[in-house]
Amino acid sequence: MVTFTLNGKERTFDGDPDTPLLWVIRDFEKLTGTKYGCGVAQCGACTVHLDGMPRRSCITPIATIDGSDVVTIEGISGKEAEAVQTAWTGLDVPQCGYCQSGQIMSAVALLQMVPNPTDDEIDGAMTGNLCRCATYHRIRAAIHNAANSMEG
Amino acid sequence: MKITLLFSGIAANCLIVGAGILLAPASVAQNVQSLRPAESFQSISDTRARSLALFEEAGKVIQHPRCVNCHPATERPLQGMTMHPHQPPVFRGDAGMGLIGMQCNTCHSEKNTPVVGQADTLKSIPGNPAWHLAPIEMAWQGKTLGQICEQLKDPKRNGDKTMAEMVEHMAHDELVGWGWQPGDGREPVPGTQQEFGALIQAWVDTGAACPPS
Repeated sequence: MVTFTLNGKERTFDGDPDTPLLWVIRDFEKLTGTKYGCGVAQCGACTVHLDGMPRRSCITPIATIDGSDVVTIEGISGKEAEAVQTAWTGLDVPQCGYCQSGQIMSAVALLQMVPNPTDDEIDGAMTGNLCRCATYHRIRAAIHNAANSMEG
Repeated sequence: MKITLLFSGIAANCLIVGAGILLAPASVAQNVQSLRPAESFQSISDTRARSLALFEEAGKVIQHPRCVNCHPATERPLQGMTMHPHQPPVFRGDAGMGLIGMQCNTCHSEKNTPVVGQADTLKSIPGNPAWHLAPIEMAWQGKTLGQICEQLKDPKRNGDKTMAEMVEHMAHDELVGWGWQPGDGREPVPGTQQEFGALIQAWVDTGAACPPS
């Protein structure tokens, strides 16, 4: 039995301990905002926050997160999340949108750690989040906008 | 809604295909190679020649891609038996743990993690509690065995270790030991860590001679 917190609520999972966290989130908790892209930590679509840090849920066995705090796109909150949401809609960042949940989770985590990141810091933090629509320029601009909005 | 789902499906397929391309060069061959026991070098009467022979045997481990991949000469680790640049692109960062927001443990766990429903080219994600890159002064990529040998003896380039500490590191360090337990789908380094540690100990005991660079 694995016990963890998901978006602020205590949850348990009693299935196969090797079950990826992503499958627990999507198939058992029915939170489908977190996406399956590659299944091998190559694309970043499945990014969640695990104890406050970005983590690829597709390669995270559920048994390894006992006692941890998991936040998904449905539960993300705080000034960084609000700033990112405003910046994302302001620039119409998504195209197809499939990768955007992961992009946003990585962007929020970056801003929580570096309130006013440089282009290099943004590129370094976001390099593991692929976007087949190539919205990278808008993502970077939106992160800058979010950072600027928090400064005010 | 149908259009949205259709586009989402296309995106998912593209991401999957993209990842497949990135992973395609990976080898699934797992050749288990042996090391000659340190005792077997006793037949070499000349001490320096024995020391060189011991280090060259240990070099089968030291220069194996499993070890060199995390001793890169650039800011980016390597991957696989082909020693290609790590995908996704990750970089050294502070203490060799990666850049802010994209650290090693964004993906790597405390132990090797099997993946499910994937091609034969990728069976597990490697992991260890101490997963990180060796510092740049300990770069082995592109170096000859002689150059690496001199590096191992230089406190400025070996983490300020004495030779006794170097033996301990090689023989017992947990992350070094990962090389023999690299997870499903990866070729381990030759022999065992115990045999490797004995070779390094015997090399030090015989004067730690280095091959010419």
